Amino acid sequence: MINHDIVVVGGGPAGMAAAIAAYDNGVRDVVILDREKNLGGILQQCIHNGFGLHKFGEELTGPEYANIYSKKVAERGIEVYNETTVTDISKEKIITATNSNGILKIKAKAVILAMGCRERSRGALNIAGTRPAGIYSAGTAQKLINCEGYSVGERVVILGSGDIGLIMARRMTLEGAKVEAVCELMSYSGGLTRNIVQCLNDFNIPLYLSTTVVEIHGEERLEGVTVAKVDSKNQILEDTKRYIPCDTLLLSVGLIPENELTRSIGIELNNITNGAEVNQNRQSNIDGVFACGNVLHVHDLVDYVSDESEIAGKSAAKYVNGQLSGGKEIDVKAENGIRYVLPQKINLENTEDIALLMRVDKPYDRVQITVKAGEVILANVKRIRAVPGEMEKIIIKKEGLVNICDSITVGLEEI
Amino acid sequence: MERNITCIICPRGCPLICEIKCGKVYVWGNTCPKGEQYGKDECLSPMRSVTSVLRISNRDDTMVSVKTSVPVSKYRIFDVMQKIRFGEVAAPVKIGDVLIKDVFGADIIATKEIN
Repeated sequence: MINHDIVVVGGGPAGMAAAIAAYDNGVRDVVILDREKNLGGILQQCIHNGFGLHKFGEELTGPEYANIYSKKVAERGIEVYNETTVTDISKEKIITATNSNGILKIKAKAVILAMGCRERSRGALNIAGTRPAGIYSAGTAQKLINCEGYSVGERVVILGSGDIGLIMARRMTLEGAKVEAVCELMSYSGGLTRNIVQCLNDFNIPLYLSTTVVEIHGEERLEGVTVAKVDSKNQILEDTKRYIPCDTLLLSVGLIPENELTRSIGIELNNITNGAEVNQNRQSNIDGVFACGNVLHVHDLVDYVSDESEIAGKSAAKYVNGQLSGGKEIDVKAENGIRYVLPQKINLENTEDIALLMRVDKPYDRVQITVKAGEVILANVKRIRAVPGEMEKIIIKKEGLVNICDSITVGLEEI
Repeated sequence: MERNITCIICPRGCPLICEIKCGKVYVWGNTCPKGEQYGKDECLSPMRSVTSVLRISNRDDTMVSVKTSVPVSKYRIFDVMQKIRFGEVAAPVKIGDVLIKDVFGADIIATKEIN
């Protein structure tokens, strides 16, 4: 058994930022366990730019953003176990991992979970039809093209208009493929506006809303898909069915936090975020286990992942140094128009100003979002536009958290 | 003439209305000065950064990600891609290395380190 103060599981943007913050807050014995050869996680295949606008004030590509952090990890001499897969974490914070040297057991004082998320697959969608080659999750296609240099297909239909789907529509077009359609089940796109403009409008790629793929055709290789419009209850409208010939179908139909290890520790997951429930320190209901980044809730911008992970890293360092213990916790609840709020709990011991992160449940024009403790209003912001694809952030001042007994609620009203 | 443009300077995505009158562009709907400039540029000479990958000749199945050093005309994107597609470089490559010089006013530079 090896002993380490802080073990970070995952070497993507969340894991790197958390490890750096833990080190900078006084804990020298921090290690990162990562499945891949190189640090950076999914950023390595996100070769497009637009990363770092909030954090660094410039537009970086994914690999450049990752490089800033991997350099900081190296400068600090933070040990990285590459090509090492964690298979289990116990309540006692014993981490089991495997790599080419065999099985590894590490006892940690604190664990930071930063495993990221994975893509929802065809199996979760119940699309009828055959099972030919040519159906990829958008992220798999991205890796094949951007990291390994394969051509994925020539005539493409993309299901789902989340950011990865939009980015891949442009990427496939640039590589010479014809993107016939991007279909979105919902009546609006979940992607960032700038991606709709830059990835679809620039190349005249049609976006069909309230439309889904209902059947897959082809034996060896995909030959085409049947698409149809849906009504407000997502029921297929039979008379709108049409056939689109294509050799490739990319699925960009949602991301799911990768929480198998979180469950193995015995941490309960929130049924909306699919991640652990945490307090403002990003500490879970198990002392000394922290979580940050997409394993906690799926973010839209990596800049926010880095911010959140710095909180987790700093808190883990405090925990190891005995500065984070006890304290009464109150609940933070999402109401009226808000799908979820994170953190789900606030620890009232030694609080600082707290950023509440939240998503609205559908697109709104002109809303007011109010944070309340009982009758008392803690914060209140107005937005000209609020969409589920863009996370909202509201700061509550520490002064407002003195003498609170009730749970905190966050809700919106249209104005 | 009026054009509806969505600003892409930041993730907020302000809906801009651009009116082109007597050779000048007037912009409404922006919430910052960058948005006004974006509206003007987008009407007069739209520019885009292009990102792609280049094959590494001395490594198996390895690509280096690249970008244009400065944005290029939106109407030149496919011309830039044509140059990148048939390019090849040898490792090692460092971030910021110029891999192809002067492609429609921009250099193609590496955004990933390949040892």
